[in-house]
This record gives sequence, C-alpha cells and structure tokens, in this order.
Amino acid sequence: MTTATLFGLCSSALVGLGLFGVIVDPHPLRKILAFNLLGSGVFLLFGVVARRGAAAGLGGDPVPQALVITGIVVAFAATALAVALVLRLFEPEAGNAVESEATSAGLEVDGGRS
Amino acid sequence: MSVAAVTATTEGYLLVLAIMWPVAGILVALVVNGRNIERVAYIVLPIGFAIATAVVMAVAQGGQSQIYVVGGWAPPLGVALRADGISAAMMMTTAMVICATGLFARGEFVQPAEGPEARAPYVFWILLFSIWSALNALVLGSDLFNLYVALELLTFAAVPLVCLKGQKETIEAALRYMLFALIGSVLYLLGAVMIYGLYGTLDIGLLSGRVRAEPATWIAAALMTVGLLAKTALFPLHLWLPPAHAGAPAPGSAILSALVVKGSFFLIVRIWFDAMPGHLSFAAAQLLAALGAGAILVGSVLALRQQRLKLMIAYSTIAQLGYLFFIFPLATGFAAGIVWSGLAWTGSWMQLFSHAFAKAAMFMAAGLIAEALGHDRIADLGGIGRKLPITMFAFALSGLSLIGVPPSGGFVAKWLLLIATINEGQWWWAAVIVVGGLLAGGYIFMVLGRLLADPLSPLVIRGAVSRSRELVALSLAVCAVLLGLVPLQPSDFLRIGR
Amino acid sequence: MAAAFDIGLIVLLVGIGAWMIVVRDVVVATIIFVVFGLLMAIAWVRLSAVDVALTEAAIGSGITGTLLLGAAARLKGADAGGTRLSFPITVVAAVLCAMISASLAAVALLLTYPAPTLAPMAMQNLDQTGLGNPVAAVLFAYRALDTLLEKVVLLLALVGVWSLAPDRAWRGVPSLDTTVPPSDILAFFAQILPPFGIVFAIYMTWTGASNPGGAFQGGTVLAVMWLLVMMAGVMRAPSISNVWLRWLLVAGPALFLIVGFTGVFIADGFLAYPPAYAKALIVAVEAALAVSIAATLGLLAAGPPERMQQK
Repeated sequence: MTTATLFGLCSSALVGLGLFGVIVDPHPLRKILAFNLLGSGVFLLFGVVARRGAAAGLGGDPVPQALVITGIVVAFAATALAVALVLRLFEPEAGNAVESEATSAGLEVDGGRS
Repeated sequence: MSVAAVTATTEGYLLVLAIMWPVAGILVALVVNGRNIERVAYIVLPIGFAIATAVVMAVAQGGQSQIYVVGGWAPPLGVALRADGISAAMMMTTAMVICATGLFARGEFVQPAEGPEARAPYVFWILLFSIWSALNALVLGSDLFNLYVALELLTFAAVPLVCLKGQKETIEAALRYMLFALIGSVLYLLGAVMIYGLYGTLDIGLLSGRVRAEPATWIAAALMTVGLLAKTALFPLHLWLPPAHAGAPAPGSAILSALVVKGSFFLIVRIWFDAMPGHLSFAAAQLLAALGAGAILVGSVLALRQQRLKLMIAYSTIAQLGYLFFIFPLATGFAAGIVWSGLAWTGSWMQLFSHAFAKAAMFMAAGLIAEALGHDRIADLGGIGRKLPITMFAFALSGLSLIGVPPSGGFVAKWLLLIATINEGQWWWAAVIVVGGLLAGGYIFMVLGRLLADPLSPLVIRGAVSRSRELVALSLAVCAVLLGLVPLQPSDFLRIGR
Repeated sequence: MAAAFDIGLIVLLVGIGAWMIVVRDVVVATIIFVVFGLLMAIAWVRLSAVDVALTEAAIGSGITGTLLLGAAARLKGADAGGTRLSFPITVVAAVLCAMISASLAAVALLLTYPAPTLAPMAMQNLDQTGLGNPVAAVLFAYRALDTLLEKVVLLLALVGVWSLAPDRAWRGVPSLDTTVPPSDILAFFAQILPPFGIVFAIYMTWTGASNPGGAFQGGTVLAVMWLLVMMAGVMRAPSISNVWLRWLLVAGPALFLIVGFTGVFIADGFLAYPPAYAKALIVAVEAALAVSIAATLGLLAAGPPERMQQK
C-alpha cells in the first residue's frame, strides 16, 4: 500500500469521526472542534490527491496543495465566526450586556417558534 | 458547453466586473467613516445594476455564453468565468432584488445624523455588497473550487445578517444556520476534491467531457449534492431556515429568502446539467423530486399552523423551494422521444425568479406591518388593509404569485411544470403541484381574509410607515406578476449556452 | 521503515481524533486538538506538501488552538450544553457516518494509477510567473481569483465577528487582554519573541516566491506575535474604529485588486501579470497581504469589541 492510499484511509476515518462529532455532540464548542476534525479529514484527501499526482520532479501536484492552503484559511475564518456566535450566546456577562436598541416588532420570533 | 469553454469572448470582462465591483465597494466601505457608507451604496448599487444589465444584453445579443479566462490562464490550470442564459437571468434578478432591498433598507439602516458611527448600518451595507458579489461569483463560476469560495463568501455574509439585531433567539438561529452551512460546504468540498482526484480538473466545461459513469463519481456527486441541499434547506434539511429567515431584520429576510438559498440550488443544477450531463439516473432524479414534494407538503402545512406572519412566510419559502427540484426529473428528458424538456426548464427558472420577487416583497410587507403595529401576530391583523393599503396590496399580489393564480409569474411556472409532468409521463408530481397550490392558497388567505375584517380591538398604529418603502415592496410584487406575461413556452434566452 | 512510520502516524491521528470526540472536558478536548494539528503538520510533510505543513502548523493548530482555548476558558462555568440527542438518533448518525467513511475508504482504494495531475503544466508555465515555488504560482497566478476572493472571505468573517458586538461597544476594543491574566512569563515572552517572530515572518513572506512559505504563513506568524503582545498586556488591543487599523485590514486585498485591474492594461487581462514584472508585482502583493492577513487573523482571534477603550 502506498503512502497516498494509507493517508486516504486515514482521511476517511477522520471525516467519519468529525461528522459524527458535529451531529451528535451537544456542546456547541465541541461541535466546532469536531468540524475542524472533519475539515482536516477533507484537507488530507487533497493531500492524498496531490501526492498521487507527483510528477515533473515535484513531490506532489501543486494545485490541490494550494487549494488546501486556501481551505485552511477559510476554515479558520469559519471557526472564528462560529466561536464568536457561541461566546455571545452562552457567556453570561456578554449575554447581559445585550441592549437592543431595536425593540421594534419584526423581532418577535421568540414566542413563535412552535 | 464545448472546447470553446476556454476562449474568452469580447464582453467577458463584464463578468469580472460583476464580481469585483461589489468587492471594491466592500473595501471602500471598510475604510470610509461609517457615516459615509450610504453614499458608497448610492454608487455601488446603480453601477452594479448597470453591469448586470450589460451582461444580460451581451448574452442576449451574442446568443451564446460570455466567457472570461481569468489572468489568461485557461482551465484546467486556471479559472474561467462563464455567463449563459440562466446565469444572466439570475444576475438580473439578483441585481433587481438587491437594489430594491437597498432602497427599502434606507429607512431602517441609516447612520444617526449626529454622533459616532453605529454598528448595524455599517455591517448591513457591507453584508449586502458581499452577498451581491458572492451570488454573482456563484452564477458565473465554472470551477468547482472557485465556486466553493463563492459559497463560503455567501455563508459568511448571510449568517451575520440573521442576528444583526442581536437578540438571543436570533443568535441561536444564526449559530444553527452556520453549523448547517458549514457541514454543507465541507461535504461539497469533499466531493469536489474527489472529482479532481478522478479527472484532474475542476472546470465544469472540461468535466462534462471527461466524467465517467463509475461508483467513485457517484459518491463524489452525492456528497456535493447533499452538502448543497443542506444549504438550500431542502426538506428534511430545512430545520435551520424558519428561525433564521424570520429572525433577521426585514431587508435581511428578503435577501435570504429571495436569493441566498437559491445560490446553492443553482450550483446543484450546474453539477447535474453542466458538469455531469446525462449522468443523473431516473431514480436519483425521482428522489430529489420526492424531497421537493415533501418540502411542498410539509412546508405548506407548517405555514398554515403558524401564528406569526414572518414565520409563516419563512415556512412558505421551504414549500416554494420544493418546486424547484422538479427540474431534475422533468427537465433531464427521461421520456423516450423527447430529448430535453425545455418546458420544465423554463418553468423551474420562472418559479425561482417569481418566488424571488414575491418573497422579497412579502417579507418587506411583513416588516412594514410589524413596524406599524409593533407585532406580527396573524390573529390580530384584522382591518390592517384599511390602515396600510399599499403594503397589503403588495402582500396580496405576491401571495397570488405564490399560489399560482394567473396572470402571475408563479402561475406560468406552475403551469409549465404541470404540462411537463404530463409530457414526461410523471403525473404523480402533478398531484403534488396542485395540492401545493391549494395549501398555499390556504395560508395566504389566512392573512388576506383579515385584510378588511373588523378588528377585535381597534388597531393601534405605532409609527407612520414610509410611503416610499411601501412602494418598493409593491414594485417587487408587481415584478412577480409581470413575469406572468411571458409566453407560455420554453424560453430561448434561458437555453443560451446549452 | 517509512511505511511503519506512516502507519504509526495514522494510528495516532485517528486515535487522537477519536479521543477528542469522546473526551468529556472541553478544555482537554481543545488541547488534544492542538496536538492533533501538530501531528497533521507532520502528515503534510510525509505527503511532500511543506507549504501546507507550515500553514497547518501556523493556522490549523496555532492560531485556531489559541482561539478555541480562549473560548473554552471563557465558557467554563457557563451552561453551554445543548440538548443531547436520543440514543436511537445517535445510532442512526453513527451508522450514517460509518457509511460515509466506508465509501470514502472505498474511493481511496479504488483510485488507480496513473493519477491525473496538473504538476507538469504548473511547472511548464512557472517561468512566466517569475516564481520558483509552484504552489505560490497557483495561489497568485494560475488561480489568483480564488486567493483574492478568499481574502474577501476573511475580511467578511471579521465583519461578521464584529457585528456581534453590543451596540454600546461598537468602536470599542476586543476584551482579549482581560481573558488571560497577564503573567510575568507571558510578558517575558511577549518582549523577547516578537523581534524574532517579525524577522521570521518577513523571511517567510519573501522566500515564499521560491521556497515553501509565503504571505499566509508569514502573516499568521505576525498575527500570533501580535496576539502574544496583546494578551501579555505589553501592547493594547486597538479600537476597531481606528482608521489606521482599517487601512491595514484593507491594504492587501486592495493592492491585489488594483494590481489585478492593472493587468487589463499592461498584460493579458484581469489578474494577469506581464512576465517581466510578474515576480516583483506578486512579491509586492504578498507583502501587503501578509500585513493584512496578520491584522485580520489577529482580530478574528481577538473577537468582537466588548467595551470602550479606557482613556
């Protein structure tokens, strides 16, 4: 079995684990952790594809390698936004600090989530 | 699409402009003092609209796709942009709804005349530009990874829009939306990398010539499709939509329901009709349509049971999105003898466009009602028609289009789809379309019935509603109706480039 | 020998990943995640992707770890547990995920050689970009549109994070410096490390044109240094309405966009470079991007403004 195939299997295991964590874990921060695990699994598959495409004196195809770099940066941005949402939702002091100037009515979603 | 997919056309530069013009708006908006941000919008919106119009004209006059090869690097190494009939029509719809929303939002997201920069207006306008750029990138992109970046841009712009007002419920809704959207994009990305591993390209045009029928391809396509379905909120992945769309401020709801969910749908169509033409099996198409049928029935029944206007409209979005998925069994051309059913193709896109106008108008009307009354409880809307006649007229017109009453865009869409079900010998979907129309009639008349009714207690109008904002909602509703004047036949424009 | 190393690494990765999912404590799970990220960086080296290894170590593990550890610490004591799924649903989810894993594994085993690749094409055209590193050529020439849009995604994520600020704190400062009590050790490192970090970041950005490295990695190192001095209290977090700060955020993407449009007049079109100046233009864009990336990533990790600046 080649290095690429081995890491391909690793990638599939990580994707399964990460997806399971995102769906099942009740804690929002751990959902985000699991999402990062899932992302790592997907990125690893890019690495496998790149490694398989080794040619022209390169150890791997540079196109998927470059795509992963973009992907990792986007995943970080997603993590940062999700974490900010979680903190705003659950952190006691931040929660109290909410003063909504907009008490206009389009917002009455609360009671309506039947 | 053919080999010609790699040579640029003369007016291809417009495609770059369509994506980058709003980006320039974002960058300028970030550095100018927030107090000037509306002035930036006054420049970005009309010129963006002009660019969209120019793209439509170029596609219509040329009768073929407009193509731009970015940086001169042709696919597979580089990335190309391509505007065919459906992308041009999507761009036009997007431009109209975004500009209307911009006009509507002027009354809601204004910087205070005195004092420092305020949060909500600053954020709102930047998000609006971003959504515009992302949607243009989505309909023009022809590279699966480039489209992934566009999808993420759309998500990151849509999520903060949901919780712009900052209450706990809307933040919860935004977080749920975010998680669904993230799982969706990661699954899409997983499928895309598998495609690259199999065929060595991400370019949709090149893929259409290389794709082979084999298990790995199906797994990749299935992953991409499921990921995009989560973002489109197709039943049963719709749970995130109602609180998110109902919780956003009215201009935000309008954009989210009218446009944002359509972006990922557009990409599903791109995958199955352009990247992998002829590879959608009859069973898979039936499954997609069955989920669409589920969405129509479940969404409509839940809409009937809502007590809040905005939630009812949000559930109606779930139902109306369901119709779009009839494109897969009906437009692929499974029936022997008919190669490609242009009827269903036109019908599905008409459904998308008319719903975009109608739903944006409806959410705006709901926002105005909530502003006037201080609540949006359907039971207490009695007599509202006398207090806000223009708003309620807009609501009624858009409601008729959702039901499919002639003459309206919704009618043309549903009628073409109905005929297509018969042409294609798939009458079972006709039943769903008819029942869906009846249910939509139910939830729309639940509101319209109270228009002129005598209120239980006298209606108290809290604040005056701006006439110009009412007219914006009305003009969008009129657009939804005017779409019904197109001839009842397959549209040539929507077939450009295929 | 090499295969044994790979197998060992893979077993570790999967084992640690599974541990992270099942472990009870959030803070522990986050620490496991950081370790996982470092192991991933090794995996990237094994896959001959040094550029990615650097990115993974800097962003995937480093700054993501900082962000998540800070969040886990702040959430301690808060009741953040959502509703637990019922057992049957958990089983269904497990079966579903196992099926997805199995189909991915099948694809990994089914893929045949020769594998399709763009490596030869990327190398053939390398001369025209003036670059020596094909990954940089993909990022800044062949697929520059992706990179440009991704910069916008980063800025937008930041606007999204800021949008969560309470209205009264808009134009305020992130409360990063109050989450970790400044300690002597932290302050010590915050005074010693940044000079080295800055030199290293400049080198990374510069060398990225011909060797592994580049604006992303360089910018991330800068961001980590900035976070360090802010957390240690050596330097104050800036107000988000600071004009200079906003220009820093926008500088990189704006220069990229301007260079892109200049290509219409001096080269083949948008985001094209004339071969003679390609390298100079790309290095200039990368330098500006490194600064903007540093500012954006740092502020993303710092979170929304929470209070007004103390005079």
